[in-house]
Amino acid sequence: MYTTDQYEGILAETVALPGANGDWINAFFARPLGRGPFPGLVLAHHMPGWDEWYRETTFKFALHGYATLTPNLYFRAGHGTPEDVAAKIRADGGVPDDQAVDDLAGAMKYLRSLPYINGKVGIFGTCSGGRHAYLAACRVPGFDAIVDCWGGNVVMPPEALNDKRPVAPIDYTKDLPCPILGLFGNDDTSPSPEQVDQHEAELKKYGKDYEFHRYDGAGHGFFYYIYKAYRQEQAMDGWKKVFAFLEKHLSSRANA
Amino acid sequence: MCTMIVEKVKIEGSGKGTGGWFKLEGANVSYDHPFDAPYEHALNIDFVNESLGPSARVAVELSESAARALVQTILNVLDQAEAGGHIPRR
Repeated sequence: MYTTDQYEGILAETVALPGANGDWINAFFARPLGRGPFPGLVLAHHMPGWDEWYRETTFKFALHGYATLTPNLYFRAGHGTPEDVAAKIRADGGVPDDQAVDDLAGAMKYLRSLPYINGKVGIFGTCSGGRHAYLAACRVPGFDAIVDCWGGNVVMPPEALNDKRPVAPIDYTKDLPCPILGLFGNDDTSPSPEQVDQHEAELKKYGKDYEFHRYDGAGHGFFYYIYKAYRQEQAMDGWKKVFAFLEKHLSSRANA
Repeated sequence: MCTMIVEKVKIEGSGKGTGGWFKLEGANVSYDHPFDAPYEHALNIDFVNESLGPSARVAVELSESAARALVQTILNVLDQAEAGGHIPRR
């Protein structure tokens, strides 16, 4: 916990890393200054893209002691404002799941290559990023904890599957190797409370270490102070749960 | 893109973006998360020219009722133009 007599420093910059297919993509990186060791955290950004909220959140996690890396999952769409780039991705039906997973895996490997990482790397995502984070945690060895905030389309009917999204993330649940924290709003429609029930039942079925919290009076994206969806009370409680969960599973004191 | 409901249509015309007027080649219509409008989902229309990059975009984000009213208004105006002989009768 921070106290006012502490020295504090953060280094933050854009870096490049190899993602899917060996493509170099850019990423926003923020880490505490000092020798460490620090736990690592990969952020999977949401549908509105590699935007200011995600860069701020990268800083936020660094302030809390995490070497935090947020890859630009929309890098291949070209460059412009985050909204313009995200609008192009939205029109194209999103990025392919395999590509997003491999980009996030690239970010995880980048963190693991650094000398000041404590050996643990988690992943956090919201909205489509929650879904991508879940896919990455299930499919790529190397993540020690996952935070899924209102990830939509984890549960998918067969008719919703396509070339970009060939497998419903829930179908990978048996492969999830690490603890998961899920935060959801009960007024959300994607994921709906019923879909969250299905996801929870699947985690229970396979004996996974999970912690789901559901908030009344909140819908999709209730952390986003930039949108009308923001719910102050629920968001502040959610952040407490996020940091408690990550401290438990990623800190140097956490058991492997 | 949580709903993934999107359709693309080729169009002709001009749009005025942050860099001025540009030639339009398509419109992307989605019902999904908006960037600015105060709804969880909105009817989003992006008038674009992809050959000019992601920034060649004129965007609107509408409520469902506004989108339906707009569609009907466009059709009404076209009908009036047709009735007045300003465009050929179909």
